[in-house]
Amino acid sequence: MRDFDYIRPATIPDAIAAAAEPGSAYLAGGTNLLDLMKGGITSPERIVDISRLPELNRIERLDGGGLRIGALVRNADLAHDPAFAKSYPAVAEALLSGASAQLRNAATVGGNLLQRTRCSYFYDTASACNRRQPGAGCDALGGENRLHAVLGWSDACIATHPSDFCVPLVALDAVVEIEGKKGRRHVTLEEFHRLPGETPQRENALEPGDLIVAVRLPAEAASFSANARYLKVRERTSYAFAVVSAAAALVVDGGKIRAARLALGGVAAKPWRARTAEAVLLGADASEATFASAADAALADASPSGDNAFKIELARRIVVRALMSALSGTPERLPALPASPFSNIPGARHDA
Amino acid sequence: MTKTTIPVHLDINGRHHDLQLEPRVTLLDALRDRLGLTGTKKGCDHGQCGACTVHVDGERVLACLTLAAQVEGRTITTIEGLAREGEMHPVQAAFLEQDAFQCGYCTPGQIMSAVACIREGHAGSDDEIREYMAGNLCRCGAYPHIVAAIRQAALEVQS
Repeated sequence: MRDFDYIRPATIPDAIAAAAEPGSAYLAGGTNLLDLMKGGITSPERIVDISRLPELNRIERLDGGGLRIGALVRNADLAHDPAFAKSYPAVAEALLSGASAQLRNAATVGGNLLQRTRCSYFYDTASACNRRQPGAGCDALGGENRLHAVLGWSDACIATHPSDFCVPLVALDAVVEIEGKKGRRHVTLEEFHRLPGETPQRENALEPGDLIVAVRLPAEAASFSANARYLKVRERTSYAFAVVSAAAALVVDGGKIRAARLALGGVAAKPWRARTAEAVLLGADASEATFASAADAALADASPSGDNAFKIELARRIVVRALMSALSGTPERLPALPASPFSNIPGARHDA
Repeated sequence: MTKTTIPVHLDINGRHHDLQLEPRVTLLDALRDRLGLTGTKKGCDHGQCGACTVHVDGERVLACLTLAAQVEGRTITTIEGLAREGEMHPVQAAFLEQDAFQCGYCTPGQIMSAVACIREGHAGSDDEIREYMAGNLCRCGAYPHIVAAIRQAALEVQS
C-alpha cells in the first residue's frame, strides 16, 4: 500500500475542505477502501478519517414519518435496531445477508453506497479496465463474465454494483443527503449511481469533496412493513455477493395490489429499480401469474453481456419468489439465513 | 506528503502502547510486527478469511482492514487477552474439548469471533451459529467441531 497523509478532522466543514484537495479520500469503516489500496487499485495521497464525526452516527425519526440514517451508522447497528427492522424489514434482511458479522461491525451506510464493483478485472491492475483507467478497454468483455451485468451495461463496462443494502433502499425511494462545498443537497438513490455508458469511471453523483451525510427514507417506506422481503441467490450458502437478488414490497387489500415496489441487485452497475414491473403489479390481482408478468416486464430489456444469459432467467425466478414471499407476509423473525431462498419460505424446500 | 510517521496510542489487552507508525500500518501489522502479539493471524489480508478477528470496544472486527490509527483510544482485545488469571475463556476450553481445529491457524480468529457471536446472542441454534460464523474460514474443514464447541460454550456462558 502506498503511504499517505492521515488526518482526522473534527468537523464536517473541515472534512469537506480537506477532501476537496486532489488525491484525497474519505475513510469511514475502511472495509472496501483499504482493500482497494492494498491492491493498488486506488492510491489516495491523503486519507480523511471521518469515522469520529459524532453528528453522522445517528438514526433520527423525521417529522411526517420519515427516517434519517446518519452516514456513519454501521451496518450491524442499523440491521439490529429493533424499531428499524420492524419498519423496514427488507432493508434489515438485506444488511444481514451482506458480508460477515465482522465486516458489518465496521461497514457504514455511506460506505455501502460508495463500495466499488467486485469485477475481478477491476481488481486486477494487470487487466484492462475502463472504470479503473478510462480508455484502457474492458477485459471483462470476452473474459470470465458469468456474474456480470445483464441490464444497463455498455461495451465500456459490464460490471455490477455489489450492494445488498441499496436494493431495498432504492425500492423504497431512499434519498441521499450530500454536503459539499456549495452546501447540502438531496439526490434520490435511483439517480445517485450512474450507468456506465462511455464514462464508467463516473460512478455516482458526487463531486470532489462531497460527503454523504445521511440516507433518508420517506414516510411511505414504512407502509410496506407487513409484506416485504429481500431474497438473494449466492454461489455458496453465506458470505458471498449476490448472483442475483430482489427486494419486493407490497400493500395488498382484498386480494388486489394497492402499492408495489421492486428492485434487483447483481444485475447492473446500479441497484435496479424495476418501475415497469411495478406498473404491472399496481391494481392487479396478487397472484403468481401477476408476479410472472411483472418479472417479464422487469427483465424485458435484459441482455447477456457475456456468458451470463442464465442470470436473466434466474432474475425472473427470484422476482417471482420475492413477490410470493412478500405476499405471504414478512416473517415474525428473520430466518437463520437472511435472504436465502432456501430458508423459511412457505413452499420452499430446505434441501433445495 | 508531509511526514512519514504519526504517533498512535493503542490500548491492547489492558496495556497501553505508544507507537510511532506510518499511517498505512494496519492494526494487524501493528499487533504482529510491532508488538509481538502474533496470536492474531494474517490469512488473506483482504477481509475474506477472518483469521485476524479481534475485538474493538468489545465487538469483533477484522484487524487487516483496520488502520492502527483508526482505533486509537479504543479498547482492543486479542486472543492473548482472552484468558483471565491463567484460566482459559470458556470458548477456548470448549475448542479444546471438542477438538475444534486441525492445523490451528484459523483458531484464534475463530475463537475471537465465537466469543462475540455468543455475546451478541447469535448462538441460539446450529444454523444461526453457522451463519454468524460465516466470516471465519477453516481450510482444514473443522466446521462441525467448531459449531459443537460454540454450542457448548454458549450453554456454559449462559448458565
